[in-house]
Amino acid sequence: MSTTAVRTRGRIRRGAGLGLVAWLAGIVFFLPVAWMALTSFHSEEDAATNPPSFTAALTLDGYREFFGAGGGASPWPSLINSTVASVASVLLVLLLALPAAYALSVRPVKRWTDVLFFFLSTKMLPVVAGLLPIYLFAKNTGMLDNIWLLVLLYTSMNLPIAVWMMHSFLSEIPVAVIEAARIDGARLPTVLARVIAPMALPGIAATALICFIFSWNELLFARVLTGVVAGTAPVFLTGFITSQGLFLAKVCAASLVISLPVLAAGFAAQDKLVQGLSLGAVK
Amino acid sequence: MTATAPAPSAVPDSRTSGGRRSGRLRGWATRAPLLPALIFMIAVTQLPFVATLVISFFDWNSLYPDARRFAGFENYGEVLGDPALRRSVWTTILLTVAVVLTSLVLGLLLALLLDRRFRGRGIVRTLLIAPFLVVPVAAALLWKHVLYNPEYGLLNGLLHYVGGPQPDWISGTPLPAVQAALVWQWTPFMMLILLAGLQSRDQEQLEAARVDGASDWQIFRHLTLPHLRRYLELGALLGSIYIVQNFDAVFTITSGGLGTANLPYTVYQTFYQAHENGLASAAGVLVVIGSIIIATFALRVVSSLFREEVSRA
Repeated sequence: MSTTAVRTRGRIRRGAGLGLVAWLAGIVFFLPVAWMALTSFHSEEDAATNPPSFTAALTLDGYREFFGAGGGASPWPSLINSTVASVASVLLVLLLALPAAYALSVRPVKRWTDVLFFFLSTKMLPVVAGLLPIYLFAKNTGMLDNIWLLVLLYTSMNLPIAVWMMHSFLSEIPVAVIEAARIDGARLPTVLARVIAPMALPGIAATALICFIFSWNELLFARVLTGVVAGTAPVFLTGFITSQGLFLAKVCAASLVISLPVLAAGFAAQDKLVQGLSLGAVK
Repeated sequence: MTATAPAPSAVPDSRTSGGRRSGRLRGWATRAPLLPALIFMIAVTQLPFVATLVISFFDWNSLYPDARRFAGFENYGEVLGDPALRRSVWTTILLTVAVVLTSLVLGLLLALLLDRRFRGRGIVRTLLIAPFLVVPVAAALLWKHVLYNPEYGLLNGLLHYVGGPQPDWISGTPLPAVQAALVWQWTPFMMLILLAGLQSRDQEQLEAARVDGASDWQIFRHLTLPHLRRYLELGALLGSIYIVQNFDAVFTITSGGLGTANLPYTVYQTFYQAHENGLASAAGVLVVIGSIIIATFALRVVSSLFREEVSRA
């Protein structure tokens, strides 16, 4: 038996062991999420036992409580606000980012890297650096507690991400394809609609999903700039910070329902998630 | 990316004034699509920061608007001299560095595990991504009430099974409690970036090294780690940018109490509850300076580490 054969067999055995370790790690990281899901289907009495109960009867009480059956505040207005803020800001982001990314990648303008890095540098500017003037401006113009102010701010939060992502996606389109269409006499609108749009569509979808996630998650702007009317889902969740009475099942139901859109978007864009999170730097 | 420079044949006619004008027009035409996004970003991000800079030089409490006066660098002196604010600077550094480094190391280990083929790899990857896809406030609530609760939290429940102690996690170890929750959220992010890095390695080179009898450790030290350098830097940089600004976890888990108030939380409290606009702005400016320092510092440390690795190799 050659030494390489021995070494290979050792590698295979170790490989199986490491696969087991990977499974264990996955389960450990997922356990809090699984436990949250299980607890959300327990009665409040069963949710608050020590040691924990894995086999308690399942019920929808937590969800009924969350949706206001027990006389609590209804989460619907906040869910609608979050949807409006996230979807509207994603549309506005795409409207601004697509032409900019086109100008930076398909037919780059002079000194385009400076512009790209300006966009990136705005991400390094912490939110708190501009929060107070924005608050004062909103207060003096009557824009406080208005969902459209959040739409503008979420757009500014996500525009740099979208420009970088779209720039990287559009740069993948071979210039030769665009040139060929032009030589065939296609005018710019035709090239945009027939050549660039179909190739860029997956990238546009991924960009939209990432921007949606960041808007849906945002708390600081929403907390400071909204009140009773325009509060978003994360602001609704802050109502659970101080614990009163038995409410674990309700908290878990609320957290799960409000996280569902993000979980769905993230799993849908799983393959593009890395490219989005790294601003298109990693493929 | 090739810049589409005008062909040389187009140069002579640009000497005539008409040619120059059309050239300038074309220049504006290519630049025009950029302008809406640029103007929007300058208006919504740069103007407020300039306003913050201006306000930071005023003594201004919004409860006493008539007493507003120019104060020069007084606010900065007060912020740097105030023990509570100084503590929050320290807390911000501790929180950011600990969370970024821990999730980077854990993310690297997980990425190395997931880089091998094994049954159910796709499922494990999906399980690992889940923490990053829970809304941050919801994740913080989950840790605060469902895991950390001393009486009926899952952590003490599991300890109960093995007859372990029943610590009060949040009041006993407040900052590590916040850090652990953030590490859980950010490790998947690091893992995703590093996994992409591992999968972009030159497979032929790896195979050649194996055939030459290189051990797994040698391959990791001399091939994988240098290749991953860019990805580690990127993860550290992006992670720092987001975690330095963290508000959700601090606000939710401890409400900034027990020495967990970081700068964003302190700035929020200073103007939202104490109405000290000047002080809050000065602290905000310091956060900006801090995040620039952290970004460059983090990059430099990581690069120098790798340079040592490479020079010793």
